[in-house]
Amino acid sequence: MTRKLMKGNDAIAEAAIRGGCRFFAGYPITPQSEILEYLSWRMPEVGGVFIQTESEISGISMVYGAAATGARAFTSSSGPGFSLMQEGISYIASAELPCVIVDVQRYGSGLADIFTGQGDYWQAVKNGGHGDYRCLVYAPNSVQETVDLTVSAFDKAEEYRNPVLILTDASIAQMMEPVEFPALKDHNQDALPWAMNGKGDGQNKRHTSIMYYNLDYDNYLKNKYDKIIEKEQQWEEIKTEDAELVLVAYGISSRICAEVVEMARKEGLMVGLIRPITLYPFPVKAFEKLEKVKYFASVEMSCLSQMIEDVVMAARCRPTYPIRGGMKVYEAEEILSAVKDIFAGNAKEVY
Amino acid sequence: MKKRRSKILYVDHKFCPGCGHGIVNRLVAEVLEEMNEDKGAICAVAVGCSSLMPDTYGVDIVQSQHGRAAAVAVGIKRCRPDNMVFSYQGDGDALAIGFSETMYAAIRNENITVILINNNNFGMTGGQMSPTTLENQRTTTSPYGRDVSLTGKPLDVMKLMGTLDVAYLARGTLTDIKEITKTKKYIRKAFEAQKNKAGYSLVEILSPCPTNWGMTPLNACKHINQVVQSVYPLGEYQGGGK
Repeated sequence: MTRKLMKGNDAIAEAAIRGGCRFFAGYPITPQSEILEYLSWRMPEVGGVFIQTESEISGISMVYGAAATGARAFTSSSGPGFSLMQEGISYIASAELPCVIVDVQRYGSGLADIFTGQGDYWQAVKNGGHGDYRCLVYAPNSVQETVDLTVSAFDKAEEYRNPVLILTDASIAQMMEPVEFPALKDHNQDALPWAMNGKGDGQNKRHTSIMYYNLDYDNYLKNKYDKIIEKEQQWEEIKTEDAELVLVAYGISSRICAEVVEMARKEGLMVGLIRPITLYPFPVKAFEKLEKVKYFASVEMSCLSQMIEDVVMAARCRPTYPIRGGMKVYEAEEILSAVKDIFAGNAKEVY
Repeated sequence: MKKRRSKILYVDHKFCPGCGHGIVNRLVAEVLEEMNEDKGAICAVAVGCSSLMPDTYGVDIVQSQHGRAAAVAVGIKRCRPDNMVFSYQGDGDALAIGFSETMYAAIRNENITVILINNNNFGMTGGQMSPTTLENQRTTTSPYGRDVSLTGKPLDVMKLMGTLDVAYLARGTLTDIKEITKTKKYIRKAFEAQKNKAGYSLVEILSPCPTNWGMTPLNACKHINQVVQSVYPLGEYQGGGK
């Protein structure tokens, strides 16, 4: 296997192909447009379908149709476009169909701006559309991990018959790093018993909200997501065993925090890091064994702090502090200084 | 004569008495069976009165989001190019909230068939004004009659799509046996265009809505013949071979 230097967005696109995806429908938006550009030539090369749509609403709708036929289907966007997809994601989740969606986060609400951010956490993790559902959400922090998680996202989407999100950010998606890809995976849409291909000589199939036909819907759904919560939590931990303060950060923020842990330790401050790799399910198991930790801090590029609510719950309401960023990627020194404030009792808890 | 019932209509439909949907359901079912395409057919069904169909209509069926049925159908067709794929939508769904998805499927000349039931109102939600509501027509949201100085004029999808490079466009109605037979012929031609991979086809059907029009079924048919058709003329608009 050869390693190659590749941009995060291009790597996501190639990883989708490797994962057996042969259908993409999407719309340009910075900072994710390279995914669209890459797939515009790569999909035809592997006999797949590429459609540049009139909107993200149309894109997610086409993904819905493609998914109904058992195809591995994929779309991508950033903040404003991701907002437009929420209706479709809710439908796809309600019909229990698999698909993969990438949100390359930019910063701010409304039009926002194209530089990196982490303000789509709630929309991605807390079901951004109407009703009750969740998406399995992966948060890679390197180009290689983006590739690995994108490939596995297609398997997980099919395993649970549920949309899977890759929640990345403009930094990880725009940086170039060396990557290795797995071999091309074959996907046989006809092997899936629910894939539509006309009724043939049997009973016709329906893809609509399973609520209409499942008499034990509430329990069924609860059990489905309980199983995901139990089985799918992934995280990385750095020096948490003896830590008094544990930073919690995902994506690009987690890379800065890893550096902060080293810097703090050199100054004798017992700091560790939990890096959620899955945001839904949130890795609460990582927190269960950390009984001696005195403080937690949620480090996210969001001016109002979003992930921190999950951190507080996972930490069972031990003192938790926001370390907020935004408009630019943190400097490690800024986080270290916030860490020192927490140790010195000069920081304000989130609640 | 023995009544022959299409196998696709495996449960009685749930539409109101006198509604045109039941007839269109049957016409589409008969055409698919006569073309031997029923076993491979896949339908993207709209939100509105159409969304009663997943319970009664015996082809593979995807419940689309409101207005997005054409886009969902495109996703299906691109992955199942040999299957007959159609969307089944009302005028509110296809021409109000779904205007963009409806037009762009036609603009790209996607190889799908759109069955568009035009009954001049949002039926399922209780008869509100839709893009095709006639001038001065009273609805629950135009209680004094549709004021076109505020809402613009009724939307004619044949005119809109007439400039596009699509395979087949026709508008029929259901007011008597002759018109029903013609409409069935249009539906057949639309599916044949798809089968021949000629591209996009749409059949709009002027359909009675006695419940929301406050008319008897017979008067609703008369209303279509005397009033609605003058705004929305019947016939083949593209690909009819005339």
